[in-house]
Amino acid sequence: MAVGVLALQGDFEAHGAVLKRLGAHVREVRVPSDLDQLDGLVLPGGESTTITLGIEREQLAEPLRAFHSSGKPIFGTCAGLIMLDREHLGIIDIRAERNAFGRQVRSFEAPLEMGLDGGPVAAVFIRAPWIAEHGPGVEILAEVEGHGVAAREATVLVVAFHPELSSDDRVHELFLQSVRDARLAAA
Amino acid sequence: MRDEATFKVKAGLAEMLKGGVIMDVIDQEQARIAEAAGACAVMALERVPSDIRRDGGVARMSDPEMIQSIQEAVTIPVMAKARIGHFAEAQVLEALEVDYIDESEVLTPADEANHIDKWPFKVPFVCGATNLGEALRRIGEGAAMIRSKGEAGTGDIVEAVRHLRTINGEIKRLGGLSEAEIATAAKDHAAPLDLVRAVAASGRLPVVMFCAGGIATPADASLVMQLGAEGVFVGSGIFKSADPEARAAAIVEATTHYQVPERVLRASEGLGAAMDSIESRKLEESELLSNRGW
Repeated sequence: MAVGVLALQGDFEAHGAVLKRLGAHVREVRVPSDLDQLDGLVLPGGESTTITLGIEREQLAEPLRAFHSSGKPIFGTCAGLIMLDREHLGIIDIRAERNAFGRQVRSFEAPLEMGLDGGPVAAVFIRAPWIAEHGPGVEILAEVEGHGVAAREATVLVVAFHPELSSDDRVHELFLQSVRDARLAAA
Repeated sequence: MRDEATFKVKAGLAEMLKGGVIMDVIDQEQARIAEAAGACAVMALERVPSDIRRDGGVARMSDPEMIQSIQEAVTIPVMAKARIGHFAEAQVLEALEVDYIDESEVLTPADEANHIDKWPFKVPFVCGATNLGEALRRIGEGAAMIRSKGEAGTGDIVEAVRHLRTINGEIKRLGGLSEAEIATAAKDHAAPLDLVRAVAASGRLPVVMFCAGGIATPADASLVMQLGAEGVFVGSGIFKSADPEARAAAIVEATTHYQVPERVLRASEGLGAAMDSIESRKLEESELLSNRGW
């Protein structure tokens, strides 16, 4: 199973380390041809403005949409959630509110109930967005103070926090399960 | 049940800056140019290091109004500098809610013996270091990010290379040591034993390390990234060059594609003149900024 991590800027190495730990082959993605033969893709945390400009510079928007249309799972964390929303790549039917919790002094850690076996996940929110609006096909998986911070629509999973910075691998495991399912469905 | 300002949250923001370029800006216009070129954060200050060098006098924290105007101009993180040991300046910057405080040798030190105790602050700190011991002392005081110092405001990369190679060489040499030798290494580096032990075990600093001080070209950015920097600070190198917009975008591109010479080449074309530079070796001992702090 080969999983790409968009590596234009941000904490892509932390994602790579978790995915390797869980047995995936990992490839950093910087140009469109890096997407070839991948089974799934992660859009990491980072600065969403920087990553947006990088996607433009590398002409990655259309290849990323095509990757999604081919049924391959995509997982976005924090800036990755923003990149996937209606106003950016348009891959999941949500509208993200950037820096919704405020500046860095408002960044926080909290246990978050996502309905996963084993209880709440240890969630790290850093200048995090939340989901301000979402379409009917989107399932909200977790909320903080009434705002969606984790969601799924078909093969797309997004979270506003950083599971890659914790030692709790369950959210990545959830994503990898969808990658395995998609591979089986395609076979 | 929310925990704000944990070390994980402070060091976590630096994780999000990785692979990016943090640019010095002195007004809203420069901040917007930096953001549009792909900067992952800006450092708000009244004078870039090369001007501080030229003007002399005491360099202090910037005017809060100026920092605020930059916070209003951009949505990317805004950092600002406090003088070494000047915890009251840091308190003001925290009240302003800057995203990171740089306890910086570029400003005139306020305390010749003590750095700021950074643990009580909610805002994370980045500090400069010239070697592993200095980096670990800063982390011991609560710094959540390190930058190799280089020699700010020169446009000369040689000190940045020296500091990066020193820090990474010292980390490598810890790898083969026994427990008893690690204790001796902690003494030699004048660094906290638990941090030295953690570095020996993991083979890296416990926080993100960027490179600063002397980066003027896309190739400079590629060089320091290949030497193990996790991102770069560019001070005078952008807005003291002939074409800041183009150079800023080019350094961002070279930082992302630092391993691909063809991309660094493409980024390097048509940028016009780099900043006016000074050879670090020709500076008097008293003119060196990297000697400030311990």
